[in-house]
Amino acid sequence: MRDLGLPISISSTAPLAASFGPRGDAVQNAFTLACFLFACACFVLSLKWLSEPKTARRGNHIGTVGMLAAIVGALMSAEVVQYQWIVLGIIIGTAVGVPMALLMPMTHVPQRTALSHAFGALAAALVGTAHYYIEFSSAQTPSYIMGILCTEVLLGSLTFTGSLMAFGKLQELIPTRPVTYRGQNIVNISVLGLAVLCGVLLSVWPDQVWIFPILIVLALVFGVMLILPIGGGDMPTVIALLNSYAGLSASLMGFVLNNKLLIVAGALDGASGFILSIIMCKAMNRSFTNVLFGAFGQVKPSSVTGDKKPVKSTTPEEAAQIMDIANRIIIVPGYGMAVAQAQHKVRELYDQLTKRGIDVRFAIHPVAGRMPGHMNVLLAEAEIPYDKLAEMDEINGDFAQADVALVIGANDVVNPAARHDRGSPIYGMPILNADQAKTVFCIKRSMNPGFAGIDNELYTADHTLMLFGDAKNVVAAIAKELADMNGR
Amino acid sequence: MSELSNHLFVFLLAAFLGLEVIKRVSHMLHTPLMSLTNAISAISVIVAIELAGQNHSTLGIILGTIAVAAAMTNVVGGFLITERMLRMFRKREVK
Repeated sequence: MRDLGLPISISSTAPLAASFGPRGDAVQNAFTLACFLFACACFVLSLKWLSEPKTARRGNHIGTVGMLAAIVGALMSAEVVQYQWIVLGIIIGTAVGVPMALLMPMTHVPQRTALSHAFGALAAALVGTAHYYIEFSSAQTPSYIMGILCTEVLLGSLTFTGSLMAFGKLQELIPTRPVTYRGQNIVNISVLGLAVLCGVLLSVWPDQVWIFPILIVLALVFGVMLILPIGGGDMPTVIALLNSYAGLSASLMGFVLNNKLLIVAGALDGASGFILSIIMCKAMNRSFTNVLFGAFGQVKPSSVTGDKKPVKSTTPEEAAQIMDIANRIIIVPGYGMAVAQAQHKVRELYDQLTKRGIDVRFAIHPVAGRMPGHMNVLLAEAEIPYDKLAEMDEINGDFAQADVALVIGANDVVNPAARHDRGSPIYGMPILNADQAKTVFCIKRSMNPGFAGIDNELYTADHTLMLFGDAKNVVAAIAKELADMNGR
Repeated sequence: MSELSNHLFVFLLAAFLGLEVIKRVSHMLHTPLMSLTNAISAISVIVAIELAGQNHSTLGIILGTIAVAAAMTNVVGGFLITERMLRMFRKREVK
Protein backbone atom coordinates (compact mmCIF):
# COMPACT_ATOMS: atom_id res chain seq x y z
CA MET A 1 0.00 0.00 0.00
CA ARG A 2 1.26 3.49 -0.74
CA ASP A 3 2.33 5.13 2.47
CA LEU A 4 0.92 8.54 1.99
CA GLY A 5 -0.03 8.78 5.63
CA LEU A 6 -3.34 10.14 4.47
CA PRO A 7 -6.86 9.22 5.36
CA ILE A 8 -7.80 7.99 1.91
CA SER A 9 -11.32 6.74 2.27
CA ILE A 10 -11.12 3.10 1.24
CA SER A 11 -7.49 2.36 1.89
CA SER A 12 -7.97 1.30 5.46
CA THR A 13 -10.40 -1.47 4.58
CA ALA A 14 -9.03 -2.64 1.29
CA PRO A 15 -5.64 -1.65 -0.06
CA LEU A 16 -5.73 -1.55 -3.83
CA ALA A 17 -2.48 -1.03 -5.57
CA ALA A 18 0.47 -3.34 -5.97
CA SER A 19 1.66 -3.38 -2.46
CA PHE A 20 5.14 -3.56 -1.16
CA GLY A 21 4.02 -2.09 2.13
CA PRO A 22 3.58 -3.37 5.62
CA ARG A 23 -0.13 -4.15 5.51
CA GLY A 24 -1.78 -7.17 3.96
CA ASP A 25 -0.52 -10.68 4.07
CA ALA A 26 3.21 -10.35 4.57
CA VAL A 27 4.23 -13.70 3.12
CA GLN A 28 2.01 -13.32 0.10
CA ASN A 29 3.34 -9.88 -0.60
CA ALA A 30 6.93 -10.98 -0.17
CA PHE A 31 6.30 -13.59 -2.83
CA THR A 32 4.76 -10.99 -5.13
CA LEU A 33 7.71 -8.70 -4.54
CA ALA A 34 10.17 -11.48 -5.37
CA CYS A 35 8.31 -12.22 -8.60
CA PHE A 36 8.38 -8.56 -9.59
CA LEU A 37 12.10 -8.27 -8.86
CA PHE A 38 12.79 -11.36 -10.92
CA ALA A 39 10.69 -9.98 -13.78
CA CYS A 40 12.61 -6.72 -13.66
CA ALA A 41 15.92 -8.52 -14.14
CA CYS A 42 14.46 -10.64 -16.94
CA PHE A 43 13.30 -7.59 -18.88
CA VAL A 44 16.70 -5.93 -18.80
CA LEU A 45 18.42 -9.15 -19.88
CA SER A 46 15.81 -9.61 -22.55
CA LEU A 47 16.64 -6.29 -24.19
CA LYS A 48 20.36 -6.90 -23.79
CA TRP A 49 20.16 -10.21 -25.62
CA LEU A 50 18.04 -8.74 -28.34
CA SER A 51 21.04 -6.74 -29.52
CA GLU A 52 22.09 -9.34 -32.12
CA PRO A 53 20.27 -12.01 -34.09
CA LYS A 54 22.32 -14.82 -32.53
CA THR A 55 21.01 -14.25 -29.01
CA ALA A 56 17.78 -12.45 -29.85
CA ARG A 57 15.51 -15.44 -29.39
CA ARG A 58 16.96 -16.10 -25.99
CA GLY A 59 16.11 -12.48 -25.21
CA ASN A 60 12.52 -13.00 -26.22
CA HIS A 61 12.28 -16.16 -24.11
CA ILE A 62 13.63 -14.57 -20.96
CA GLY A 63 11.25 -11.66 -21.49
CA THR A 64 8.37 -14.10 -21.67
CA VAL A 65 9.53 -15.81 -18.48
CA GLY A 66 9.75 -12.44 -16.76
CA MET A 67 6.25 -11.53 -17.81
CA LEU A 68 4.90 -14.88 -16.61
CA ALA A 69 6.56 -14.37 -13.25
CA ALA A 70 5.09 -10.89 -12.97
CA ILE A 71 1.60 -12.15 -13.77
CA VAL A 72 1.88 -15.01 -11.27
CA GLY A 73 3.11 -12.52 -8.69
CA ALA A 74 0.15 -10.24 -9.33
CA LEU A 75 -2.31 -13.14 -9.14
CA MET A 76 -0.86 -14.18 -5.79
CA SER A 77 -0.94 -10.71 -4.33
CA ALA A 78 -3.06 -10.19 -1.23
CA GLU A 79 -5.29 -7.66 -2.94
CA VAL A 80 -6.68 -10.19 -5.36
CA VAL A 81 -9.69 -11.81 -3.75
CA GLN A 82 -11.68 -13.00 -6.74
CA TYR A 83 -10.52 -14.46 -10.01
CA GLN A 84 -13.50 -14.74 -12.36
CA TRP A 85 -13.05 -11.30 -13.96
CA ILE A 86 -9.31 -11.70 -14.27
CA VAL A 87 -9.78 -15.03 -16.00
CA LEU A 88 -12.35 -13.51 -18.33
CA GLY A 89 -9.92 -10.70 -19.24
CA ILE A 90 -7.07 -13.14 -19.80
CA ILE A 91 -9.23 -15.36 -22.03
CA ILE A 92 -10.39 -12.43 -24.15
CA GLY A 93 -6.88 -11.02 -24.42
CA THR A 94 -5.43 -14.37 -25.43
CA ALA A 95 -8.20 -15.03 -27.91
CA VAL A 96 -7.47 -11.73 -29.63
CA GLY A 97 -3.69 -11.73 -29.25
CA VAL A 98 -2.83 -15.19 -30.52
CA PRO A 99 -4.50 -14.96 -33.94
CA MET A 100 -3.17 -11.43 -34.35
CA ALA A 101 0.36 -12.68 -33.82
CA LEU A 102 0.22 -15.92 -35.76
CA LEU A 103 -2.09 -15.26 -38.70
CA MET A 104 -1.22 -11.73 -39.67
CA PRO A 105 1.01 -11.56 -42.75
CA MET A 106 4.44 -10.02 -42.14
CA THR A 107 3.63 -7.11 -44.43
CA HIS A 108 1.01 -6.08 -41.88
CA VAL A 109 3.43 -5.82 -38.98
CA PRO A 110 3.24 -1.98 -38.86
CA GLN A 111 -0.54 -2.13 -38.48
CA ARG A 112 -0.31 -4.73 -35.74
CA THR A 113 2.28 -2.65 -33.93
CA ALA A 114 0.09 0.45 -34.08
CA LEU A 115 -2.86 -1.53 -32.82
CA SER A 116 -0.89 -2.98 -29.94
CA HIS A 117 0.26 0.50 -28.91
CA ALA A 118 -3.42 1.39 -28.77
CA PHE A 119 -4.18 -1.61 -26.53
CA GLY A 120 -1.27 -0.86 -24.22
CA ALA A 121 -2.28 2.77 -23.90
CA LEU A 122 -5.90 1.82 -23.35
CA ALA A 123 -4.95 -0.45 -20.46
CA ALA A 124 -2.85 2.31 -18.88
CA ALA A 125 -5.56 4.94 -19.30
CA LEU A 126 -8.29 2.69 -17.88
CA VAL A 127 -6.27 1.71 -14.83
CA GLY A 128 -5.43 5.35 -14.18
CA THR A 129 -9.07 6.35 -14.54
CA ALA A 130 -10.30 3.63 -12.22
CA HIS A 131 -7.78 4.58 -9.57
CA TYR A 132 -8.78 8.21 -9.77
CA TYR A 133 -12.43 7.48 -9.08
CA ILE A 134 -11.74 4.84 -6.46
CA GLU A 135 -9.18 6.52 -4.31
CA PHE A 136 -7.66 9.77 -5.55
CA SER A 137 -10.79 11.86 -5.92
CA SER A 138 -10.60 13.06 -2.33
CA ALA A 139 -9.43 16.56 -1.53
CA GLN A 140 -6.47 15.19 0.44
CA THR A 141 -4.67 13.63 -2.52
CA PRO A 142 -1.31 15.39 -2.80
CA SER A 143 -0.93 17.60 -5.86
CA TYR A 144 2.07 15.77 -7.25
CA ILE A 145 0.24 12.44 -7.24
CA MET A 146 -2.69 14.03 -9.04
CA GLY A 147 -0.35 15.75 -11.48
CA ILE A 148 1.33 12.48 -12.38
CA LEU A 149 -1.97 10.65 -12.60
CA CYS A 150 -3.38 13.29 -14.94
CA THR A 151 -0.27 13.15 -17.14
CA GLU A 152 -0.57 9.38 -17.22
CA VAL A 153 -4.22 9.42 -18.25
CA LEU A 154 -3.55 12.21 -20.75
CA LEU A 155 -0.69 10.30 -22.41
CA GLY A 156 -2.57 7.02 -22.32
CA SER A 157 -5.72 8.47 -23.87
CA LEU A 158 -3.99 10.40 -26.64
CA THR A 159 -1.80 7.41 -27.46
CA PHE A 160 -4.92 5.25 -27.63
CA THR A 161 -6.74 7.32 -30.25
CA GLY A 162 -3.48 8.35 -31.95
CA SER A 163 -2.47 4.72 -32.42
CA LEU A 164 -5.93 3.79 -33.66
CA MET A 165 -5.61 6.57 -36.24
CA ALA A 166 -2.16 5.33 -37.23
CA PHE A 167 -3.63 1.84 -37.57
CA GLY A 168 -6.45 3.20 -39.74
CA LYS A 169 -4.01 4.97 -42.00
CA LEU A 170 -1.69 1.99 -42.33
CA GLN A 171 -4.58 -0.35 -43.01
CA GLU A 172 -5.92 2.28 -45.43
CA LEU A 173 -9.27 2.40 -43.65
CA ILE A 174 -8.94 6.16 -43.67
CA PRO A 175 -7.10 8.29 -46.27
CA THR A 176 -3.36 7.98 -45.85
CA ARG A 177 -2.66 11.43 -47.22
CA PRO A 178 -1.97 14.11 -44.64
CA VAL A 179 -5.16 15.92 -43.70
CA THR A 180 -4.43 19.58 -43.14
CA TYR A 181 -6.37 22.78 -42.80
CA ARG A 182 -5.63 26.38 -41.97
CA GLY A 183 -4.75 27.06 -38.38
CA GLN A 184 -4.38 23.36 -37.65
CA ASN A 185 -1.42 23.78 -35.34
CA ILE A 186 -3.18 26.48 -33.36
CA VAL A 187 -6.25 24.29 -32.91
CA ASN A 188 -4.12 21.31 -31.91
CA ILE A 189 -2.08 23.24 -29.40
CA SER A 190 -5.23 24.79 -27.94
CA VAL A 191 -6.78 21.39 -27.38
CA LEU A 192 -3.61 20.12 -25.75
CA GLY A 193 -3.39 23.31 -23.70
CA LEU A 194 -6.95 22.87 -22.44
CA ALA A 195 -6.23 19.27 -21.50
CA VAL A 196 -3.13 20.33 -19.59
CA LEU A 197 -5.16 23.04 -17.89
CA CYS A 198 -7.66 20.40 -16.74
CA GLY A 199 -4.74 18.43 -15.35
CA VAL A 200 -3.45 21.45 -13.46
CA LEU A 201 -6.91 22.21 -12.04
CA LEU A 202 -7.28 18.61 -10.91
CA SER A 203 -3.88 18.68 -9.25
CA VAL A 204 -4.96 21.66 -7.19
CA TRP A 205 -8.51 20.45 -6.52
CA PRO A 206 -8.51 16.66 -6.86
CA ASP A 207 -12.10 16.46 -5.65
CA GLN A 208 -13.50 18.35 -8.63
CA VAL A 209 -14.61 15.10 -10.17
CA TRP A 210 -16.44 16.72 -13.10
CA ILE A 211 -13.16 17.93 -14.65
CA PHE A 212 -11.79 14.43 -15.11
CA PRO A 213 -14.05 13.30 -18.01
CA ILE A 214 -13.28 16.58 -19.80
CA LEU A 215 -9.57 15.84 -19.49
CA ILE A 216 -10.09 12.40 -20.99
CA VAL A 217 -12.23 13.64 -23.89
CA LEU A 218 -9.76 16.40 -24.74
CA ALA A 219 -6.88 13.91 -24.69
CA LEU A 220 -8.78 11.48 -26.93
CA VAL A 221 -9.57 14.28 -29.39
CA PHE A 222 -5.98 15.49 -29.37
CA GLY A 223 -4.76 12.00 -30.23
CA VAL A 224 -6.89 12.00 -33.37
CA MET A 225 -5.86 15.49 -34.39
CA LEU A 226 -2.20 14.75 -33.80
CA ILE A 227 -2.16 11.98 -36.39
CA LEU A 228 -4.46 13.58 -39.01
CA PRO A 229 -1.67 15.61 -40.66
CA ILE A 230 0.82 12.71 -40.63
CA GLY A 231 1.57 11.11 -44.00
CA GLY A 232 2.58 7.54 -44.67
CA GLY A 233 6.24 8.41 -45.07
CA ASP A 234 6.35 9.76 -41.55
CA MET A 235 4.75 6.69 -40.03
CA PRO A 236 8.03 5.13 -38.84
CA THR A 237 8.76 8.16 -36.66
CA VAL A 238 5.22 8.44 -35.39
CA ILE A 239 4.96 4.76 -34.51
CA ALA A 240 8.22 5.02 -32.60
CA LEU A 241 6.96 8.10 -30.80
CA LEU A 242 3.67 6.44 -29.86
CA ASN A 243 5.68 3.48 -28.61
CA SER A 244 7.56 5.85 -26.36
CA TYR A 245 4.34 7.45 -25.05
CA ALA A 246 2.78 4.08 -24.28
CA GLY A 247 5.87 3.14 -22.27
CA LEU A 248 5.96 6.45 -20.49
CA SER A 249 2.35 6.22 -19.41
CA ALA A 250 2.97 2.75 -17.97
CA SER A 251 5.93 4.15 -16.10
CA LEU A 252 3.94 7.07 -14.71
CA MET A 253 1.33 4.66 -13.51
CA GLY A 254 4.10 3.02 -11.50
CA PHE A 255 4.76 6.37 -9.83
CA VAL A 256 1.12 6.76 -8.85
CA LEU A 257 0.55 3.18 -7.70
CA ASN A 258 3.94 2.86 -6.04
CA ASN A 259 4.98 -0.07 -8.20
CA LYS A 260 8.63 -0.06 -9.21
CA LEU A 261 8.32 -2.88 -11.74
CA LEU A 262 5.93 -0.71 -13.69
CA ILE A 263 8.34 2.21 -13.49
CA VAL A 264 11.24 0.13 -14.79
CA ALA A 265 9.42 -1.72 -17.57
CA GLY A 266 7.71 1.47 -18.71
CA ALA A 267 10.99 3.36 -18.72
CA LEU A 268 12.64 0.64 -20.82
CA ASP A 269 9.83 0.85 -23.37
CA GLY A 270 9.89 4.63 -23.30
CA ALA A 271 13.64 4.66 -23.89
CA SER A 272 13.32 2.26 -26.78
CA GLY A 273 10.65 4.32 -28.51
CA PHE A 274 12.69 7.45 -27.88
CA ILE A 275 15.84 6.03 -29.46
CA LEU A 276 13.95 4.70 -32.45
CA SER A 277 12.24 8.00 -33.12
CA ILE A 278 15.57 9.81 -32.92
CA ILE A 279 17.08 7.38 -35.41
CA MET A 280 14.10 7.88 -37.72
CA CYS A 281 14.28 11.66 -37.45
CA LYS A 282 18.01 11.64 -38.17
CA ALA A 283 17.43 9.43 -41.17
CA MET A 284 15.09 12.05 -42.57
CA ASN A 285 17.10 15.05 -41.40
CA ARG A 286 14.06 16.41 -39.60
CA SER A 287 13.23 17.33 -36.04
CA PHE A 288 10.45 15.93 -33.85
CA THR A 289 8.48 19.16 -34.11
CA ASN A 290 8.86 19.12 -37.85
CA VAL A 291 7.51 15.59 -38.13
CA LEU A 292 4.58 16.29 -35.83
CA PHE A 293 3.67 19.76 -37.02
CA GLY A 294 5.31 19.94 -40.44
CA ALA A 295 2.67 18.05 -42.44
CA PHE A 296 5.00 16.64 -45.04
CA GLY A 297 2.78 16.13 -48.05
CA GLN A 298 1.30 19.54 -48.45
CA VAL A 299 4.47 21.57 -48.18
CA LYS A 300 4.63 22.71 -51.77
CA PRO A 301 3.67 21.30 -55.14
CA SER A 302 7.38 20.46 -55.48
CA SER A 303 9.86 22.44 -57.46
CA VAL A 304 8.64 21.23 -60.80
CA THR A 305 10.51 22.84 -63.61
CA GLY A 306 8.78 23.21 -66.92
CA ASP A 307 10.92 20.91 -69.02
CA LYS A 308 10.33 17.35 -67.95
CA LYS A 309 13.02 14.99 -69.06
CA PRO A 310 11.78 11.92 -70.82
CA VAL A 311 11.67 8.68 -68.91
CA LYS A 312 13.25 5.59 -70.38
CA SER A 313 11.50 2.37 -69.68
CA THR A 314 12.49 -1.20 -70.37
CA THR A 315 11.24 -4.76 -70.16
CA PRO A 316 12.02 -7.47 -67.64
CA GLU A 317 13.76 -9.42 -70.44
CA GLU A 318 16.22 -6.62 -71.09
CA ALA A 319 16.75 -6.09 -67.37
CA ALA A 320 17.51 -9.79 -66.98
CA GLN A 321 20.10 -9.65 -69.76
CA ILE A 322 21.89 -6.72 -68.14
CA MET A 323 21.81 -8.36 -64.71
CA ASP A 324 23.08 -11.61 -66.20
CA ILE A 325 26.43 -10.04 -67.04
CA ALA A 326 26.75 -7.96 -63.89
CA ASN A 327 29.24 -8.65 -61.12
CA ARG A 328 27.77 -6.63 -58.32
CA ILE A 329 24.12 -5.86 -57.79
CA ILE A 330 22.60 -3.84 -54.98
CA ILE A 331 18.87 -4.12 -54.37
CA VAL A 332 17.06 -1.21 -52.71
CA PRO A 333 13.70 -2.31 -51.30
CA GLY A 334 11.02 0.15 -50.25
CA TYR A 335 7.42 0.29 -49.17
CA GLY A 336 6.32 -0.73 -52.69
CA MET A 337 7.88 -4.15 -52.11
CA ALA A 338 5.80 -4.55 -48.95
CA VAL A 339 2.59 -3.42 -50.62
CA ALA A 340 3.06 -5.85 -53.50
CA GLN A 341 4.17 -8.61 -51.08
CA ALA A 342 7.08 -9.12 -53.47
CA GLN A 343 9.63 -10.37 -50.92
CA HIS A 344 9.36 -14.03 -51.93
CA LYS A 345 9.82 -13.20 -55.60
CA VAL A 346 12.81 -11.07 -54.61
CA ARG A 347 14.18 -14.18 -53.01
CA GLU A 348 13.82 -16.10 -56.30
CA LEU A 349 15.64 -13.33 -58.11
CA TYR A 350 18.32 -13.37 -55.42
CA ASP A 351 18.77 -17.13 -55.92
CA GLN A 352 19.06 -16.78 -59.68
CA LEU A 353 21.66 -14.05 -59.39
CA THR A 354 23.81 -15.65 -56.69
CA LYS A 355 23.78 -18.90 -58.68
CA ARG A 356 25.70 -16.98 -61.34
CA GLY A 357 28.26 -15.91 -58.77
CA ILE A 358 26.95 -12.36 -58.74
CA ASP A 359 27.46 -10.48 -55.50
CA VAL A 360 23.96 -9.42 -54.42
CA ARG A 361 23.35 -7.21 -51.43
CA PHE A 362 20.43 -5.25 -50.06
CA ALA A 363 20.65 -1.61 -49.08
CA ILE A 364 18.20 -0.74 -46.33
CA HIS A 365 17.39 2.86 -45.60
CA PRO A 366 16.36 3.43 -41.96
CA VAL A 367 12.97 4.83 -42.95
CA ALA A 368 12.22 2.42 -45.79
CA GLY A 369 8.77 1.02 -45.21
CA ARG A 370 6.32 2.04 -42.55
CA MET A 371 8.12 1.20 -39.34
CA PRO A 372 11.71 0.82 -38.13
CA GLY A 373 13.22 -2.41 -39.45
CA HIS A 374 10.23 -3.18 -41.69
CA MET A 375 12.32 -4.25 -44.72
CA ASN A 376 14.62 -6.45 -42.68
CA VAL A 377 11.71 -8.47 -41.36
CA LEU A 378 10.20 -8.95 -44.81
CA LEU A 379 13.50 -10.04 -46.36
CA ALA A 380 14.16 -12.31 -43.41
CA GLU A 381 10.72 -13.82 -43.97
CA ALA A 382 11.80 -14.63 -47.52
CA GLU A 383 14.83 -16.38 -45.98
CA ILE A 384 17.41 -14.04 -47.38
CA PRO A 385 20.50 -14.38 -45.17
CA TYR A 386 20.71 -11.35 -42.91
CA ASP A 387 24.39 -10.76 -43.55
CA LYS A 388 23.37 -9.66 -47.05
CA LEU A 389 21.32 -6.80 -45.62
CA ALA A 390 23.36 -3.64 -45.23
CA GLU A 391 22.58 -0.38 -43.50
CA MET A 392 22.86 2.88 -45.33
CA ASP A 393 26.23 4.02 -44.00
CA GLU A 394 27.71 0.60 -44.52
CA ILE A 395 26.80 0.27 -48.19
CA ASN A 396 26.58 3.80 -49.55
CA GLY A 397 30.22 3.81 -50.61
CA ASP A 398 29.73 0.64 -52.65
CA PHE A 399 27.12 1.89 -55.09
CA ALA A 400 29.84 3.45 -57.28
CA GLN A 401 31.30 -0.03 -57.82
CA ALA A 402 27.95 -1.67 -58.42
CA ASP A 403 26.98 -2.63 -61.96
CA VAL A 404 23.29 -2.56 -61.23
CA ALA A 405 21.12 -0.94 -58.59
CA LEU A 406 17.61 -2.39 -58.52
CA VAL A 407 15.17 -0.10 -56.75
CA ILE A 408 11.99 -1.95 -55.78
CA GLY A 409 9.21 0.38 -54.75
CA ALA A 410 11.43 2.90 -53.00
CA ASN A 411 11.20 6.56 -53.86
CA ASP A 412 12.25 9.38 -51.56
CA VAL A 413 15.11 7.42 -50.02
CA VAL A 414 16.91 7.32 -53.39
CA ASN A 415 15.97 10.79 -54.64
CA PRO A 416 19.18 12.69 -55.47
CA ALA A 417 17.28 15.97 -55.05
CA ALA A 418 17.84 15.51 -51.32
CA ARG A 419 21.52 16.30 -51.95
CA HIS A 420 21.32 19.53 -53.90
CA ASP A 421 17.79 20.86 -54.43
CA ARG A 422 17.24 23.37 -51.65
CA GLY A 423 13.63 23.79 -52.69
CA SER A 424 12.82 20.13 -52.21
CA PRO A 425 10.95 19.14 -49.05
CA ILE A 426 13.38 16.30 -48.57
CA TYR A 427 16.49 18.46 -48.96
CA GLY A 428 19.21 17.34 -46.57
CA MET A 429 17.77 13.88 -45.96
CA PRO A 430 20.49 11.23 -46.13
CA ILE A 431 19.78 9.01 -49.11
CA LEU A 432 21.05 5.80 -50.62
CA ASN A 433 23.42 6.57 -53.49
CA ALA A 434 21.60 4.31 -55.93
CA ASP A 435 22.20 6.87 -58.68
CA GLN A 436 25.94 6.11 -58.58
CA ALA A 437 25.53 2.58 -59.90
CA LYS A 438 26.35 2.01 -63.58
CA THR A 439 22.79 1.09 -64.42
CA VAL A 440 19.75 1.77 -62.27
CA PHE A 441 16.49 -0.12 -62.61
CA CYS A 442 13.47 1.27 -60.83
CA ILE A 443 10.36 -0.82 -60.40
CA LYS A 444 7.32 1.39 -59.99
CA ARG A 445 3.63 1.07 -60.62
CA SER A 446 3.33 4.29 -62.63
CA MET A 447 4.99 7.64 -63.05
CA ASN A 448 2.71 9.24 -60.47
CA PRO A 449 4.90 11.00 -57.95
CA GLY A 450 5.37 9.12 -54.71
CA PHE A 451 3.61 9.65 -51.46
CA ALA A 452 5.22 12.94 -50.68
CA GLY A 453 4.30 14.22 -54.13
CA ILE A 454 7.92 14.98 -54.96
CA ASP A 455 9.43 14.44 -58.39
CA ASN A 456 12.30 12.00 -58.36
CA GLU A 457 15.09 12.95 -60.71
CA LEU A 458 16.57 9.49 -60.41
CA TYR A 459 13.78 8.29 -62.70
CA THR A 460 14.82 10.66 -65.45
CA ALA A 461 18.57 10.15 -65.13
CA ASP A 462 20.40 8.96 -68.25
CA HIS A 463 21.45 5.63 -66.82
CA THR A 464 18.08 4.82 -65.26
CA LEU A 465 15.64 2.40 -66.83
CA MET A 466 12.14 2.20 -65.46
CA LEU A 467 10.28 -1.07 -65.09
CA PHE A 468 6.61 -0.26 -64.83
CA GLY A 469 4.28 -2.68 -63.13
CA ASP A 470 3.45 -4.40 -59.90
CA ALA A 471 6.68 -5.10 -58.02
CA LYS A 472 5.80 -8.74 -57.50
CA ASN A 473 5.07 -9.40 -61.19
CA VAL A 474 8.09 -7.51 -62.48
CA VAL A 475 10.53 -9.20 -60.12
CA ALA A 476 8.99 -12.57 -60.91
CA ALA A 477 9.37 -11.88 -64.64
CA ILE A 478 13.04 -10.99 -64.28
CA ALA A 479 13.70 -14.07 -62.18
CA LYS A 480 11.91 -16.28 -64.69
CA GLU A 481 13.86 -14.78 -67.57
CA LEU A 482 17.12 -15.47 -65.76
CA ALA A 483 16.02 -19.02 -65.03
CA ASP A 484 15.16 -19.61 -68.69
CA MET A 485 18.51 -18.24 -69.78
CA ASN A 486 20.15 -20.75 -67.53
CA GLY A 487 18.23 -23.57 -69.13
CA ARG A 488 19.26 -22.56 -72.62
CA MET B 1 7.58 13.49 -1.28
CA SER B 2 10.44 11.11 -0.46
CA GLU B 3 8.48 8.46 -2.28
CA LEU B 4 8.48 10.61 -5.39
CA SER B 5 12.24 11.04 -5.27
CA ASN B 6 12.66 7.28 -4.80
CA HIS B 7 10.60 6.70 -7.88
CA LEU B 8 12.48 9.31 -9.84
CA PHE B 9 15.74 7.58 -9.00
CA VAL B 10 14.38 4.26 -10.19
CA PHE B 11 12.97 5.85 -13.32
CA LEU B 12 16.18 7.66 -14.20
CA LEU B 13 18.36 4.61 -13.69
CA ALA B 14 16.01 2.43 -15.72
CA ALA B 15 15.77 5.01 -18.50
CA PHE B 16 19.54 5.36 -18.79
CA LEU B 17 20.03 1.61 -18.62
CA GLY B 18 17.40 1.27 -21.32
CA LEU B 19 19.06 3.86 -23.53
CA GLU B 20 22.45 2.15 -23.20
CA VAL B 21 21.13 -1.35 -23.83
CA ILE B 22 18.81 -0.44 -26.67
CA LYS B 23 21.40 1.70 -28.46
CA ARG B 24 23.27 -1.55 -29.03
CA VAL B 25 20.37 -3.33 -30.68
CA SER B 26 21.17 -4.03 -34.31
CA HIS B 27 19.16 -1.88 -36.73
CA MET B 28 18.14 -5.07 -38.44
CA LEU B 29 16.11 -6.04 -35.38
CA HIS B 30 14.23 -2.81 -34.85
CA THR B 31 10.85 -4.26 -35.70
CA PRO B 32 11.21 -7.19 -33.26
CA LEU B 33 12.58 -4.69 -30.73
CA MET B 34 9.41 -2.70 -31.03
CA SER B 35 7.13 -5.69 -30.60
CA LEU B 36 9.19 -6.96 -27.65
CA THR B 37 9.21 -3.65 -25.79
CA ASN B 38 5.53 -3.41 -26.54
CA ALA B 39 4.97 -6.76 -24.87
CA ILE B 40 7.12 -5.69 -21.92
CA SER B 41 5.27 -2.44 -21.45
CA ALA B 42 2.07 -4.44 -21.24
CA ILE B 43 3.32 -5.00 -17.70
CA SER B 44 0.41 -2.76 -16.74
CA VAL B 45 -1.45 -6.07 -16.77
CA ILE B 46 -0.28 -6.58 -13.18
CA VAL B 47 -2.09 -3.52 -11.87
CA ALA B 48 -5.06 -4.30 -14.07
CA ILE B 49 -5.21 -7.76 -12.45
CA GLU B 50 -5.29 -6.22 -9.00
CA LEU B 51 -8.09 -3.92 -10.12
CA ALA B 52 -10.17 -6.71 -11.63
CA GLY B 53 -9.53 -9.00 -8.67
CA GLN B 54 -10.73 -6.72 -5.84
CA ASN B 55 -14.32 -6.79 -4.70
CA HIS B 56 -15.39 -3.39 -3.46
CA SER B 57 -15.61 -1.24 -6.56
CA THR B 58 -17.74 -2.25 -9.52
CA LEU B 59 -16.21 0.49 -11.67
CA GLY B 60 -12.79 -0.87 -10.80
CA ILE B 61 -13.82 -4.39 -11.80
CA ILE B 62 -15.25 -3.27 -15.14
CA LEU B 63 -12.34 -1.04 -16.14
CA GLY B 64 -9.86 -3.53 -14.70
CA THR B 65 -11.29 -6.41 -16.71
CA ILE B 66 -11.15 -4.44 -19.96
CA ALA B 67 -7.60 -3.39 -19.07
CA VAL B 68 -6.59 -7.00 -18.38
CA ALA B 69 -7.99 -8.02 -21.76
CA ALA B 70 -6.22 -5.18 -23.61
CA ALA B 71 -2.89 -5.73 -21.86
CA MET B 72 -3.06 -9.53 -22.25
CA THR B 73 -3.53 -9.08 -26.00
CA ASN B 74 -0.17 -7.32 -26.04
CA VAL B 75 1.52 -9.77 -23.71
CA VAL B 76 0.50 -12.86 -25.67
CA GLY B 77 0.58 -11.26 -29.10
CA GLY B 78 3.79 -9.32 -28.51
CA PHE B 79 5.94 -12.23 -27.41
CA LEU B 80 4.50 -14.59 -30.01
CA ILE B 81 5.04 -12.31 -32.98
CA THR B 82 8.52 -11.42 -31.78
CA GLU B 83 9.31 -15.13 -31.68
CA ARG B 84 7.83 -15.56 -35.14
CA MET B 85 9.96 -12.76 -36.54
CA LEU B 86 13.16 -13.78 -34.81
CA ARG B 87 12.85 -17.33 -36.11
CA MET B 88 13.10 -15.89 -39.61
CA PHE B 89 16.45 -14.20 -39.12
CA ARG B 90 18.98 -16.68 -40.40
CA LYS B 91 22.55 -16.19 -41.42
CA ARG B 92 22.81 -19.05 -43.88
CA GLU B 93 20.54 -21.30 -45.76
CA VAL B 94 19.18 -24.18 -43.76
CA LYS B 95 18.29 -26.69 -46.39
